[in-house]
Amino acid sequence: MLSVSNLSVNYGSTRVVDKLNLELGHDEILMLVGPTGCGKTTILQALAGLIPISEGAMSLGKWESTSSKHVPPEKRNVGMVFQDFALFPHLTVQQNVCFRLKDTALADHWINLLGLDAFRDAKPARLSGGQKQRVALARTLAHEPSFVLLDEPLSNLDAALKDSLRWEIRDALKKAGVPAIWVTHDQDEALSVGDRVGILNKGVLEQLDTPEACYSTPSSRFVARFMGEASFLTATFDNSSNNPDNTVVTDIGNVPGTPLQNANGDVDLLVRPDDLSLSATHPQPNGTVDWVRYEGESRLYAVTLDNGSQLKVRVSHENAIKPGERAHMALITTHPLAVFPRG
Amino acid sequence: MYFSFGRGGEIENVLGFSTPPISGLWGSALVMSLYTYPFVMMTTRASLLSLDASLVNAARTLGLSLGASLWRVVLPRVVNSVAAGALLAALYALSDFGTPAIMGLDTFTRVIFVEYNAFGLSQAAMLSLQLMVIVCLILFIESRIGGAKERPGKHLMLFPARWQCNAMLAAAFPVVFMAIILPLAVFILWLVREGTGGFELAYAWNSAHASFIAAIVAVLLAIPVANAAIAGKAGRFMERITYFGFGVPGIVMGTALVYVGLQLPALYQTLSLLVMAYVLRFIPLAVGSVRTTSENIDSGLVKAARVLGASPREAFMRITLPLTLRGMIAGAALVFLEAMRELPATLMLGPTGFETLATYMWRVYEAGYFGRAAVPGLLLVLLSGVGLVLMLSGERKAQFTVTEDDRS
Repeated sequence: MLSVSNLSVNYGSTRVVDKLNLELGHDEILMLVGPTGCGKTTILQALAGLIPISEGAMSLGKWESTSSKHVPPEKRNVGMVFQDFALFPHLTVQQNVCFRLKDTALADHWINLLGLDAFRDAKPARLSGGQKQRVALARTLAHEPSFVLLDEPLSNLDAALKDSLRWEIRDALKKAGVPAIWVTHDQDEALSVGDRVGILNKGVLEQLDTPEACYSTPSSRFVARFMGEASFLTATFDNSSNNPDNTVVTDIGNVPGTPLQNANGDVDLLVRPDDLSLSATHPQPNGTVDWVRYEGESRLYAVTLDNGSQLKVRVSHENAIKPGERAHMALITTHPLAVFPRG
Repeated sequence: MYFSFGRGGEIENVLGFSTPPISGLWGSALVMSLYTYPFVMMTTRASLLSLDASLVNAARTLGLSLGASLWRVVLPRVVNSVAAGALLAALYALSDFGTPAIMGLDTFTRVIFVEYNAFGLSQAAMLSLQLMVIVCLILFIESRIGGAKERPGKHLMLFPARWQCNAMLAAAFPVVFMAIILPLAVFILWLVREGTGGFELAYAWNSAHASFIAAIVAVLLAIPVANAAIAGKAGRFMERITYFGFGVPGIVMGTALVYVGLQLPALYQTLSLLVMAYVLRFIPLAVGSVRTTSENIDSGLVKAARVLGASPREAFMRITLPLTLRGMIAGAALVFLEAMRELPATLMLGPTGFETLATYMWRVYEAGYFGRAAVPGLLLVLLSGVGLVLMLSGERKAQFTVTEDDRS
């Protein structure tokens, strides 16, 4: 089991990663997400032993590395998949995958499984982006690492390929049965692929939980905004035994809530675009449409309520309302929504 | 070492009309221009290669004509490289010995050699110091204008008409004619007229032998310096110091090492002292060549090898070395070529009776038997050709990592 405690990394006097703690189960995929420059890649490099750490410790089975006792990368039995693939240009696909293997059986296994059989003797320069990333994955897994690090493995590929390769990589990791840390800046990727998701902000791990929990009960407004479209609606909430159903009262309906950070009294309710309905034909409109974005199968509206809150709502594409027109908005969700203290 | 060309006499003999003699200041300048032409061409070419064609295309879509966009977009970007090449040419012309000696122009190098032969060692040292001051000045200017390096971009595709192609060829012709065809013709003429008399294969062997050792030693020394230069400031400083050697004219290096030889008699007039002079002078060529290829290697590759379980040593042997091998060969070829052509240092430091192609040509010139320079001259041209092919193949390899990157 990979465990990391109080890991910190400084570049000069700037702290890039601050006191990171995490543990990884035997075949768990942990997604690390965050905006550019939040320290994601630094964490991977520190775990791989490619950069020195300033504080803390990490251990896996036989080795433990601390700031004073650095274990070099080749002693860690780590696998790493790079953003730019890092295939050795002077070696063929086969030679890349077999880089340090004496027995090539496992290499053949992964080459076949990832559909690379036809390119065995090709040099990396002749491969497409998706093929290169498959070779990189095969190379990593064939060396039987005890954990795998993936550094934005899909960011150099085009959108259509991203979607399918995402699942291919996940399946391969699960088949290999190794724990993996996968860094990305794409929250869709994080939510759909990960067993758990960690959200980083300026070098600090803000939340580490299941994708569902990160999305519906974010630990902070930063996490709420990062995991998807988020609007905040002014509401009132009684956080006491008088309110056993945890009902939140708003101008556009009452819904069950999950209080966070001891929210009580005047609160902000986290509303996602799919928690709302929008109707132009309702007899009592309560808001004005600011703008609309057509998304193909749906439309995303921004509507300012008469009480001043601006909410975003996603509805069917058949529902066409022009900016400036009046409309009626209501909360239609039945699952509890996150409630933050008024901030 | 085309020091035999430009003899107006041969043209007169063959074609039957007289041409103005080429000698003195203007003659030397013409020969040196032809001789150093490749330096300017190489640096300019490199910077043109790194220029992205989209810049020109952008300028043209913004309404500039092709000529104007070349003038306003391309020229400002390459002017630094042209200047760098020109300074290199100046450095080379300063240290050139053969050309002014034959053209009868009293340059520093020629006078130093005269003093040295007249046992005026202190006078020679004095003049050498003065020459070094000028060299330092040029090196200083050179360090100021270092052009910004960019990764090679897309190539600009032009579709010239037939007459435009012909015009370009016509513009290039005088250079090709004067620098390649004329000297070759003269050498062949001499060869036909005088035969191979007096020439021994041992000279070529001596040349190749000493230059080969120098090339290997220079590359071996260049590897750590080049890698240090990429890694940090101290390394770049070291690289600058080795660079100084290239600025030191062979004749000055020769004078200095003669002193060293006199202090350490064990070294005097040995092959190792000569090789040392070659290495000190030409190591920057090897460093530059190795450095460029090493820089082109994605640092992620070494990391990837380490993560797969290779020790730093194994990663170097299996990844870094194969990927920089072409650069090393190109660097060795450069050093080899330059060492073959180096005249004054060889004259001053070579063991007694150690005759190379260059010194042999010098001695037959001094004795007035120009015709005998034909074989060594042709051999030098031939070897230069081989070296050039090696160098260009190294360059192609260096571009490999870039073209490989085909993300859209």
